[in-house]
Amino acid sequence: MRNPLADKVVNIKPSGIRKFFDIVIEMKDAISLGVGEPDFDTPWHIRDEGIYSLEKGRTFYTSNAGLKELKVEICRYLNRKMNLTYDADHEVIVTVGGSEAIDIGLRAMINPGEEVLIPQPSYVSYEPCALLADAVPVIIELKAENEFRLTKKELLEHITDKTKVLILPFPNNPTGGIMERSDLEAIAEVIIEKDLFVISDEIYAELTYLDERHVSIAELPGMWERTIVINGFSKAYAMTGWRLGYACGPANIIEQMIKIHQYAIMCAPTTSQYAAVAALRDGDEDVAGMREEYNQRRRYLMNAFREMRLECFEPYGAFYVFPCIKEFGMTSEEFATRFLTEEKVAVVPGTAFGDCGEGFLRISYAYSLDNLKTAVDRLQLFVERLREEQRIKEN
Amino acid sequence: MRQKILKMIEHNSRINTGELAVLLGVEEIDIINQIAAMEAEGVICGYHTLIDWDKTYIEKVSALIEVRATPKRGQGFESIAERIYKYPEVSSVFLISGAYDLLITLEGKSLKEVSMFVSDKLSTLDSVLSTATHFILKKYKDHGTILTKKYEDKRELITP
Repeated sequence: MRNPLADKVVNIKPSGIRKFFDIVIEMKDAISLGVGEPDFDTPWHIRDEGIYSLEKGRTFYTSNAGLKELKVEICRYLNRKMNLTYDADHEVIVTVGGSEAIDIGLRAMINPGEEVLIPQPSYVSYEPCALLADAVPVIIELKAENEFRLTKKELLEHITDKTKVLILPFPNNPTGGIMERSDLEAIAEVIIEKDLFVISDEIYAELTYLDERHVSIAELPGMWERTIVINGFSKAYAMTGWRLGYACGPANIIEQMIKIHQYAIMCAPTTSQYAAVAALRDGDEDVAGMREEYNQRRRYLMNAFREMRLECFEPYGAFYVFPCIKEFGMTSEEFATRFLTEEKVAVVPGTAFGDCGEGFLRISYAYSLDNLKTAVDRLQLFVERLREEQRIKEN
Repeated sequence: MRQKILKMIEHNSRINTGELAVLLGVEEIDIINQIAAMEAEGVICGYHTLIDWDKTYIEKVSALIEVRATPKRGQGFESIAERIYKYPEVSSVFLISGAYDLLITLEGKSLKEVSMFVSDKLSTLDSVLSTATHFILKKYKDHGTILTKKYEDKRELITP
C-alpha cells in the first residue's frame, strides 16, 4: 500500500505541550498550573442566552460570516474599546475560536514560499498553521531583557524580500508580555516601509494590568489597511468551550477568509454566537471583575517570586508569569519534570512555546488563590532544595 | 481603595493586611489605616464566620418571620424594631417594602422554641398586627458562598 500521509503534515513536530500532558496525566494527585484557559465559569447571563437560543429553536446555520447581530456588536465593541472602525457587512468574520482565524488568515494571505515572521515564545499554533499554508515560518526570538516585546531592531533583522506577514501575539501567551503604544509605533514604521501585513492575535486584549488600556496595532496611522485583528470570547468572557472568535480587517482579505471558512467550516456554532451577543452587550462588568481577580493573583505570584528570589520580569498581560530558572543549571523540561515528580505541581516548560523558551517556565494564574498558595509553597520547597543541591555540588 | 478593601474582606475577613496589600498592589500601612478608619466610622461593624450548622452536631433552627406592625406617630417603625431586636434570639431585623413591614431572622434550638418566641413574645407586642413564620429547611447559598457543593476543576490538566 502507498503511504497514505502528506509529508507536509507528517513533518510537523508534535506539540511540546502534548508530550508534557502525557506525563502529567499519569500523576493522579498533582495540582496543575498548566492550563491556558480561565478558571471562571462563563457568566450566567451569557450561558442563559445560549440556553434561551436553544429553547427558541435557533438551531440552524447562520450566514457564513456570522450572525449579523453579532457582527454589529463586535464592531461596536472594537469601536468602544479600541477606536477601531469596521463595517459589519464586509470587514468581520466570526470564526471557530481565534485559532481558526489564525489558520484561515494565513491561508488567505500566503503564496507558497513567502515568509511569515513569528515572534517566539508564543502560542503553539502559528508555526504549524504557517507550514500548512505553505509559508516559510521565520522565528524571531524575543528576549527576557526586553520583557519579551518585539523591538524594531529584531524585526528589521528578520525581514527579507520574501517576508509578507508578521504575526503579532500580544498580550502574549506564554510570557504575559505586552506591546504598549510606543512599542507598536516603533515597529509600525518598519511594517509600512517594508510593505508587510500583520496578523495581530489580540485574544488577551481584555486582560492587561497597566492603567493604559490595550492598544491594537490597527489603531496606528497607516496600519488599519494592513492588519487583520484577531480576537474572541474564550479568554475575556471565560468561554473557551464555546469555540468562538473573530477576525476583522480590510474587506479584500476578509472576503477570501470567508471563502475558506465557508467551505471548511460553514459557520461558527449558532448557540455560541447568540450567547456572544449577550457577552458583548452586557459583559463589561464581568470582564472587569475577572480582570481584577487575575491582577490580584498576578501580584501575589510576583511577590512570592521576589521573596524566593526567583528571577521574573513583571508581566502586564494575559494570565501567565514566565519565571527564569537558568540559575538551577537545568533545562526547562528537566525542571518541570522534577517539579512534577517531587512536588506534584505541573507547570509547562517554556520550550513548548519555541526553542527560545529554554530556561523559562509558563505558570498560569487562572487558578484560585488557595490553589496558587499551595503551589507556591511547594515551589519554595523545591527551589530551596535545588539551591542546597547546588551548594553541595560546589563544595 | 476602600471599596476594594471592603469587597475583599467581605468574603474573607481573616485575610491579613500584608497579604491584602500585595493583592491590591498598595502599601500595608494604608490598608491598616483605612480599616481602622472604617471601623471607627462604623462602616465595618463586625467580623463574622459563615458556619454551616447542618454539618455540626449542634441542633439549630432558623426562621424568617414577616411582621405587620402599626407605626408610631413621630417615630415610624423605630420603636417597634428596637423592641424586637433587643431579644438575643433575633439575629436580624429589616424594614421591608411590600406586603409586610418588618422581616426578622431568628435562631432557636428547636421548632418549639421559635414557635414559643413568636406566640409569647412577638405576637403579644401592642403594635404587632400579624406574623407569618417560615422555617428554613436547607441553606444552599449564604452570604455569596455556595454551601452544598465543592468547587471542582473540570479543565484538562495542561492546555496550550
